[in-house]
Amino acid sequence: MIRNVLAAALASGAALAVPALAQGADPNLGRNLAAACANCHGTNGVSLQGMPSLAGQPRTYLVQQMQDFKTGKRPATVMHQLAKGYSDEQIEALAAYFSAQKAR
Amino acid sequence: MNRLARREFLKTSGALAAASLLPGCAMEPTAPSRPIGRVIVIGGGFGGATAAKYLRMWSTGTIEVFLIERNAEFISCPTSNLVLGGTKTLADITRSYAKLREYGVQVLRDEATAINVEKKRVSLKRIEDLPYDRLIVSPAVDLMHEAIEGYDAEAQKTILHAWKAGPETVALRQQLEAMPDGGVCVIGVPRSPFRCPPGPYERACQIAYYLRKAKPRSKVIVLDANEDIVSKPALFKAAWNDLYKGTIEYRGNNEIKAVDARAKTVKTDFDTIKGDVLNVLPPMRAGDIARTAGLLTPNTRWCGVDWLSMESTVHKGIHVLGDATLSAPAMPKSGHMANNHGKLAAAAIIELMNGRQPNPQPVIANTCYSFVSDKEVIHVASVHRYDPAQKTLTVVPGASGVSSARSEIEGGYGWAWAQNIWADMLG
Ligand SMILES: Cc1cc2nc3c(=O)[nH]c(=O)nc-3n(C[C@H](O)[C@H](O)[C@H](O)COP(=O)(O)OP(=O)(O)OC[C@H]3O[C@@H](n4cnc5c(N)ncnc54)[C@H](O)[C@@H]3O)c2cc1C
Ligand code: HEC
Repeated sequence: MIRNVLAAALASGAALAVPALAQGADPNLGRNLAAACANCHGTNGVSLQGMPSLAGQPRTYLVQQMQDFKTGKRPATVMHQLAKGYSDEQIEALAAYFSAQKAR
Repeated sequence: MNRLARREFLKTSGALAAASLLPGCAMEPTAPSRPIGRVIVIGGGFGGATAAKYLRMWSTGTIEVFLIERNAEFISCPTSNLVLGGTKTLADITRSYAKLREYGVQVLRDEATAINVEKKRVSLKRIEDLPYDRLIVSPAVDLMHEAIEGYDAEAQKTILHAWKAGPETVALRQQLEAMPDGGVCVIGVPRSPFRCPPGPYERACQIAYYLRKAKPRSKVIVLDANEDIVSKPALFKAAWNDLYKGTIEYRGNNEIKAVDARAKTVKTDFDTIKGDVLNVLPPMRAGDIARTAGLLTPNTRWCGVDWLSMESTVHKGIHVLGDATLSAPAMPKSGHMANNHGKLAAAAIIELMNGRQPNPQPVIANTCYSFVSDKEVIHVASVHRYDPAQKTLTVVPGASGVSSARSEIEGGYGWAWAQNIWADMLG
């Protein structure tokens, strides 16, 4: 199990280098931002219970949900408040990170 | 773990059951034979355990991690008020440290007694001292009983704080069970900052929830040193009014100055109040080990840190997490925050140990869920990002708020949060 976690972390690190991130950008940007979601959504987005898992969800879906939380289009208990803390670029990095994680 | 480290480790672990301390082997195939350095973490709570796990996970095993924790198991403060309310037991909120070993964290059940900053060594109660390259200190708070007259060791046997979940939580529950119908429970709240700003008011809800069912003529009197409820005031007042009218009585600006355990009274500047159960929270300061190591910011009770790395502003190479820190503006002393401190520190330490600079733009968040009944919950949330001008974490404008109303939906999320954060820190 741990090896999977590690492998996923490595894989996502590699995947992250692909989108939007300019040369010299922090390769761990998505990982570090996403870590602040793990206390609710589970380590690397794999939730145990009661909160949606983010791991392995399509990148575009995740971006859309975050934007909809931000604008209030999707009603929420807490995500409308949290989503407002992230820029469009940061939302892209978050979505890229979680979509590259293995769902379990 | 390389052979040298293992030999030293086995030597130093002395009388401890060495077999049970050996790290799981899952990490070893990917780990190089020689780690790039050793991090010792003092305190296996929300900050420390999280940092230990994430250091191993993110360094892919290249950093050796020792976690020193005095307790055998992790008992969560968050949701411990539900034990007082009677809808959860201590077993429900207790988790094992075993899974951290699968990540290669070397969990030592011991107490750190001193830090030698020059020699970079931690002294321990049960085994020889251990050297580190970097140290993480996450001991939470210790309680300043001496600030309240009469709250001496003898009084502490019957006047409980139960602000560290464990046997005291159960003992306080037993006191409530033994209280006669028509009795009074007094909760004393110290001046802010203290660990968990909404905690005392959640506790008032949980005790009132129990008393309403079991002894409906009883009362909870909240004596608050602060002017008003420190966190989520409108939501707590609505819950008290709708659910516990006549049971909870709140008095702001009522600091407890003295206690008398024999007479079962507490004294404020205005009154002497008698209670059948006295639950007095003393003022709080950074945990003793942080204080004795000289990590306090002068003229404060807390440890100042560089918010890019959680590194102490007093001693380089030592990182402080959680409740013990001198909080950034509008940052509560919460488990959720401590968990995020742990990850911020882990990321920064990996960069620093590899000769790079930490992330210059950290963003972290806080959410505190409070149970106002057995099923209904309210939250407060905020996102905090680094402001280079002020050199601290500040709340992102617009990115904070509280629940629109208490709800059972958030009751489900509150309990799910606990499960997920415990797993996030412990494996
Ligand atoms: C009643 C109550 C309800 C709460 N509810 C919530 C909530 O709903 N949400 C939330 O986010 N937060 C909540 N909190 C706050 C939360 O518990 C703390 O903010 C959090 O525990 C802080 O994490 P920490 O790592 O600083 O300390 P802790 O989690 O307390 O960990 C410190 C650890 O260090 C160990 N230790 C200390 N000194 C030494 C030493 N010298 N050697 C070895 N080990 C040592 C201790 O045994 C302890 O395990 C609540 C607190 C209370 C009391
Ligand atoms: C305090 C707990 C908490 C934190 C922290 C948190 N979330 Fe959420 N998240 C929720 C809840 C609860 C929901 C359900 C919607 C609601 O009521 O807010 C949710 C829903 C979502 C969804 C929709 C999932 C789906 O399947 O449609 C996404 C996407 C999401 N969160 C992303 C994030 C990201 C990214 C972060 C970190 C920046 C984050 N969340 C941090 C609690 C949290």
